[in-house]
Amino acid sequence: MSFEPKIVAFLCNWCSYAGADLAGVSRLKYPPNVVPIRVMCSGRVDPEFILHALKKGADGVLIGGCHPGDCHYVSGNYRTRKRVTLMKKLLEEIGINPRRLRLEWISASEGDKFARVMTEFTEEIKKLGPNPYGGKE
Amino acid sequence: MKRIGVFVCHCGVNIASTVDVEKVAKEMEKYPGVVYADHYEYMCSDPGQNLIKEKIKEKRLDAVVVAACSPSMHEETFRNVCKEHFNQYQCEIANIREQCSWTVLDKKEGTEKAIKIVESMVEKIKENEDFEPIEVPLEKKCLVIGGGIAGIQAALDVADAGYKVILVEKEPSIGGRMAQLSETFPTLDCSQCILTPKMVAVSRHPNVELLTYSEVKEIEGYVGNFHVKILKKPRYVDEEKCNLCGECEKECPVIVPNKFEMDKKPRKAIYIPFPQAVPATYTLDMEACLGLAPLRCSNCADVCEVEAIDYDMKEEIIEEDVGAIIIATGYDLYPKEMIVEYGMDDDVINGLEFERMLSATGPTNGEIIKPSNGKIPKKVVFVQCAGSRDALHNDYCSKICCMYTAKHALLYKHHVPDGEAYVFYIDIRAGGKGYEEFIARVREEERVNYIRGKVSKMFRDGDKIVVWGVDTLTGEKVEIEADLVVLAMAIVEKEGVRNVAQMLKVAVDKDGFFKEAHPKLRPVEALTKGIYLAGAAQAPKDIPEAVAQASGAAAKVVAMFSKDKIEKEPLVAVVDEEHCSGCKTCISVCPYGAMYFDGNVAKCREVLCEGCGTCAAACPSNNIEMRNLQDEQIKKMIEVILR
Repeated sequence: MSFEPKIVAFLCNWCSYAGADLAGVSRLKYPPNVVPIRVMCSGRVDPEFILHALKKGADGVLIGGCHPGDCHYVSGNYRTRKRVTLMKKLLEEIGINPRRLRLEWISASEGDKFARVMTEFTEEIKKLGPNPYGGKE
Repeated sequence: MKRIGVFVCHCGVNIASTVDVEKVAKEMEKYPGVVYADHYEYMCSDPGQNLIKEKIKEKRLDAVVVAACSPSMHEETFRNVCKEHFNQYQCEIANIREQCSWTVLDKKEGTEKAIKIVESMVEKIKENEDFEPIEVPLEKKCLVIGGGIAGIQAALDVADAGYKVILVEKEPSIGGRMAQLSETFPTLDCSQCILTPKMVAVSRHPNVELLTYSEVKEIEGYVGNFHVKILKKPRYVDEEKCNLCGECEKECPVIVPNKFEMDKKPRKAIYIPFPQAVPATYTLDMEACLGLAPLRCSNCADVCEVEAIDYDMKEEIIEEDVGAIIIATGYDLYPKEMIVEYGMDDDVINGLEFERMLSATGPTNGEIIKPSNGKIPKKVVFVQCAGSRDALHNDYCSKICCMYTAKHALLYKHHVPDGEAYVFYIDIRAGGKGYEEFIARVREEERVNYIRGKVSKMFRDGDKIVVWGVDTLTGEKVEIEADLVVLAMAIVEKEGVRNVAQMLKVAVDKDGFFKEAHPKLRPVEALTKGIYLAGAAQAPKDIPEAVAQASGAAAKVVAMFSKDKIEKEPLVAVVDEEHCSGCKTCISVCPYGAMYFDGNVAKCREVLCEGCGTCAAACPSNNIEMRNLQDEQIKKMIEVILR
């Protein structure tokens, strides 16, 4: 059986979650591997959640936020950007491919981008194979 | 332990065709904490809502997860159903339509994903606590950005309801695009004649404060309580004193193009953009003025008998508190230069330039002329969809061009009865009251030649503009030697509008038009609460539509102002004061100044907190929690998704 990755997507309420809704309304198809968690702002995503997901068996973690300058909460997405940069370095240190963590700016009107990114990311994770640390506490 | 009920909606076939709803319900019934699960064809219908009510009573449920469409659709519906029995925050929506059933083809995959989504919401709701909305006072004053017809109408409607309005316009006069038009379709009303009474009414309205030659520079705050900074540019002429005698204009030695006339007519450095301008006052354009240094010309001040001219006027920052904002910033035309195959010839003009040509006070005093030689054009080609419905330029339809081109052709034929008019079109879109009839009149009675096809190229040959096109109905090439070409350029976002969007934290769509909260059901609201949209800022539209939307936006504002308090989401940040180390990290990341240090620990001002959760993610000792989206809840959601 082919490897079907498990991907958690943290989506900010105002941009990426609405973008995901638009992808659905537009009937755009993307792999079912991605399961969303709605947060108010991408800035809510504590680095701990990323590690928790990877520890619990996520093969990939995606964070979707508003484009720079468009954050509904003024500057939350800038915090996210910094945290993700740092997290990627940390992941590399502990032997997890940093490409398993992806940050994307997807606005409420970018349903097509949402579907495209989900497809791309799933494909990429498939190539990377299962998260070696997944499920091992 | 909570007694949770799960209700799975089929949404007809929208969900049920790619999600086995029965299986989802069956699986959920076995899930820890769930005491009842069911499915129904349309959960949002009355019988669907009643099913939830009955089962809440029968099964003594104290929390409900509805697996249905996006929370942006029916969260309120289902929370209202639950509110009769328990706190509304014990109702959550699992989005298995927009983010599941509509995105998959395979029913097995859809079902599996749906189950994960529902399970994650069940895990979330287990830890949800009861809250009541926070009540905050509101400022019953409305800011309207843009003084075109949409902004004017919105301002008048809110002001007539008895509330204060601040109408901000960037240009020296209100009136916007409509003031530039000659006649309006399909009735051929004189545009200025129907507009100017409204301009005057809004300027004299006791509830309206008109700020022209002004721009909104900063906006902070939230619904009901925005704080706005408006830059009032100095016009160097006292509006109250100026009596429009025009002596200053006669004496001014500087000549520059007049933007109102699409740069086709000169004006002086001291000018009034058009005769019916409101406020009725001259404005000194300091960029064009010979200036104060090193040598002051001062001709205007020397002849001004009422001493209205004041070179020492300074920029002013006006600060206001408002409760609601209406965006009515209007549109621009796509630049001709963007379509190189149409050339950049003086005898190829855009629709607004033609409107000005038709205007009695315009560059040609209402005469239609060939700009290169001033003669009357005997053959005019009108090109529709110039930059619209074109993958190389703008994908969308600019909506009003079919109608105004027909109007242009008709007015041309009235001015030059022996002239020939040709219209190149892709389709004729005449959806509107009396519109189709107007097109028929122009085609049949006015004998305008309609050619279905696009123009591929135009170029100058001596005195003529040669237009190459194809008639797609006959399949033949068409070549017309025209005297004048009028391009119906696409309607595009107003310059600088993205700054407004960023300032207001309001989304724009891919084309730069403001995005409405819902394309069908909430077309006058932005997604950000307290901000409303009117006119072509939201999408290309004609005058009656802009006016209707403006009145709609105003009604929304008035409804909001009819209450003394507004309710705010109570899902804010909470500090564990016992364990707070007082490091102040949260204070530094909070964009709203909601977190503060009381000398000992950090605290959250609930009224200011918008609930973004950046502080909770930043707190190094994990001592900040977001109500009903706590760290533990999110972790549990992650776990069930990955199971």
